[in-house]
Amino acid sequence: MAATAQTVAQVRDLGSKYKHGWETEIEMETAPKGLNEDIVRFISARKDEPDWMLDWRLKAYRHWLTMEEPTWAMVDYPAIDFQNIYYYAAPKSTEGPKSLDEVDPELLRTYEKLGIPLKEQEVLAGVQGAPRVAVDAVFDSVSVATTFKKELESHGVIFCSISEALQNHPELVRKYLGTVVPYTDNFYATLNSAVFSDGSFVYIPPGVHCPMELSTYFRINAKDTGQFERTLIIADEGSYVSYLEGCTAPMRDENQLHAAVVELVTLKDAEIKYSTVQNWYPGDENGKGGIYNFVTKRGACRGDDSKIRWTQVETGSAITWKYPSCILQGDNSVGEFYSVAIANNAQQADTGTKMIHLGRNTRSRIVSKGISAGRARNTYRGLVRMGPKAQEGRNFTQCDSLLIGDRCGAHTVPYIESRNRTAKVEHEATTSRIGEDQLFYCRQRGIGEEDAVALIVNGFCKEVLQELPMEFAVEAQKLVSISLEGSVG
Amino acid sequence: MLEIENLHATVGGKPILNGLDLAVAPGEVHAVMGPNGSGKSTLSYVLSGRDGYEVTEGGVLFKGRNLLDLEPEERAAAGLFLAFQYPVEIPGVTNMTFLKHALNGLKVQRGEEELDAMQFLKLVRQKAKALGMSDDMLKRAVNVGFSGGEKKRNEILQMAVLEPAFAVLDETDSGLDIDALKIVADGVNALRGPERSMLVITHYQRLLDYIVPDRVHVLAAGRIVTSGGKELALRLEDEGYGAFAARAA
Repeated sequence: MAATAQTVAQVRDLGSKYKHGWETEIEMETAPKGLNEDIVRFISARKDEPDWMLDWRLKAYRHWLTMEEPTWAMVDYPAIDFQNIYYYAAPKSTEGPKSLDEVDPELLRTYEKLGIPLKEQEVLAGVQGAPRVAVDAVFDSVSVATTFKKELESHGVIFCSISEALQNHPELVRKYLGTVVPYTDNFYATLNSAVFSDGSFVYIPPGVHCPMELSTYFRINAKDTGQFERTLIIADEGSYVSYLEGCTAPMRDENQLHAAVVELVTLKDAEIKYSTVQNWYPGDENGKGGIYNFVTKRGACRGDDSKIRWTQVETGSAITWKYPSCILQGDNSVGEFYSVAIANNAQQADTGTKMIHLGRNTRSRIVSKGISAGRARNTYRGLVRMGPKAQEGRNFTQCDSLLIGDRCGAHTVPYIESRNRTAKVEHEATTSRIGEDQLFYCRQRGIGEEDAVALIVNGFCKEVLQELPMEFAVEAQKLVSISLEGSVG
Repeated sequence: MLEIENLHATVGGKPILNGLDLAVAPGEVHAVMGPNGSGKSTLSYVLSGRDGYEVTEGGVLFKGRNLLDLEPEERAAAGLFLAFQYPVEIPGVTNMTFLKHALNGLKVQRGEEELDAMQFLKLVRQKAKALGMSDDMLKRAVNVGFSGGEKKRNEILQMAVLEPAFAVLDETDSGLDIDALKIVADGVNALRGPERSMLVITHYQRLLDYIVPDRVHVLAAGRIVTSGGKELALRLEDEGYGAFAARAA
């Protein structure tokens, strides 16, 4: 039948379907492959870092040598040769561009292809009502364009690359770096601490409501370049910031390692919303060539009445190993985690969160939606811990899994530890298959099969998607559709 | 419009339809009545192309095309609509979004221009108002938490928006009280026209008081055993299906 032939053709074409699969030709300045103390010193020297920073990196490196790669996650992958990775690569033309004009045009075209809204252009052109988003574009390790700086500065907001912050605000970096994720934390975070190349730094001063969404687009570009981003966001007393992170990467033959660390700190009455849409190359239908994403994201609600909310839409990567967490230290502090994780073909996702309740009357909420298709494996792994002082602590967890087809798997691994008898922890979990009756109902109304799947899955994820800022929500809905192409029929 | 010839169909290997013949001309409303298990719902699913309903013999021509060669969404684009006996819930997807995907899905398949958000909103509001449906219902997830009557009314709303050439109403009266039945029947009657045909599948004569058919067919053991005018429905109500089923055997 014609439809069968069409399906076969579609499946065959899928391999070339990844929209962002191309490579930009820009000269790279790289350190030699492999890792030793000299490489760590090289990275630090390239960035002209203060001595304490180099010391910290070296301590991390020495500690890393004593550690072993974790194996507890429900993911399989060939052993990574950490000596076969470039630990530093920077686009050559980035010796301090003063404006977008000085940025390599090839780079700007890269962003254009990605559809990254470098909204500054609109604003400069006087476009009325253009949404205000400040972009700190990270292109293979070094930030090349930081926009909206002036307006942010007028509010006292610092938004720059972490290298710049080390030059201009070393006291702030020194005070907070590694205080949420210490350099001894885990194998990948420790590696990151030794060799991180760049990332974003945000400081919101007391009482300031950040006037715009802050946004960073990460992109992996050089062959075999591990990405070790380091992000540090501090919301001082009574302040508020919403931060967006989005990712795409070009097509690859070899697996690429990505081990980022994100640290968030909220002081009294402060709030951080951190939203991620992750669309890294998932590999071909057999998982070959996809990104390995081993990320440590953690926020500390240090002050009373402070709040951190993580929202993530994870559709890419061959392997996702990621547990954005909240340490609820301040009394009445609130941690939230909203997640959509989609795994198709041979993708493997092991993701979830940790809510560590330390202060009194701390509250947390977890909403996780996992979607598996093809031969993918999707695991929710979460920990809710009520410490002895977490009087009246509350947690509510909801984990829903949706299966498409009969070869994929969904797992839910919740850990609950309560050491306070007044604390309450609730966990709800469901697993369902996408209904044949739902698909047929949609198709009878004229909606094609793939559209129908996208529609149903978007409905399933709605609770999470609506937590995203408007611009991201639209992008995320499209991503949901793209990542499930070819999962039926 | 629709010509069914010697249709045989199985579900899970079990024969359900056994040589069904039926022809519906443009503008006509036909009723198919029959006891439980006579193949009424199977007929509606075979026509709309649901998986698991296998045609083993015979054919169906729809506006001159071989209907059975088409995918379900292609049948919809050709103008076939099925009002479900049990409308399906789709959590998280609003009625509005669903209708927009459906209408534009049909338009794309037909090579017509899609409606923009404003045109669409206007169209749906107008159709909903005619059926006495509130804007609030348009914003709710498809059939989620709807009462039986609301679900059936929602089916008719979809039909009104999608404007099919041929509608199959599968036991649209089941689960409706008399007021809801009237509202649904009024909605259906408003859609009657010289170019639109309908196949009304029902257990009971009562629906046919409100949707008056041009022809009535009695289905038993997977075949049409007798056909007649609207008065046949009344006779059937008096005599019961037993006599007809016996005749078919």
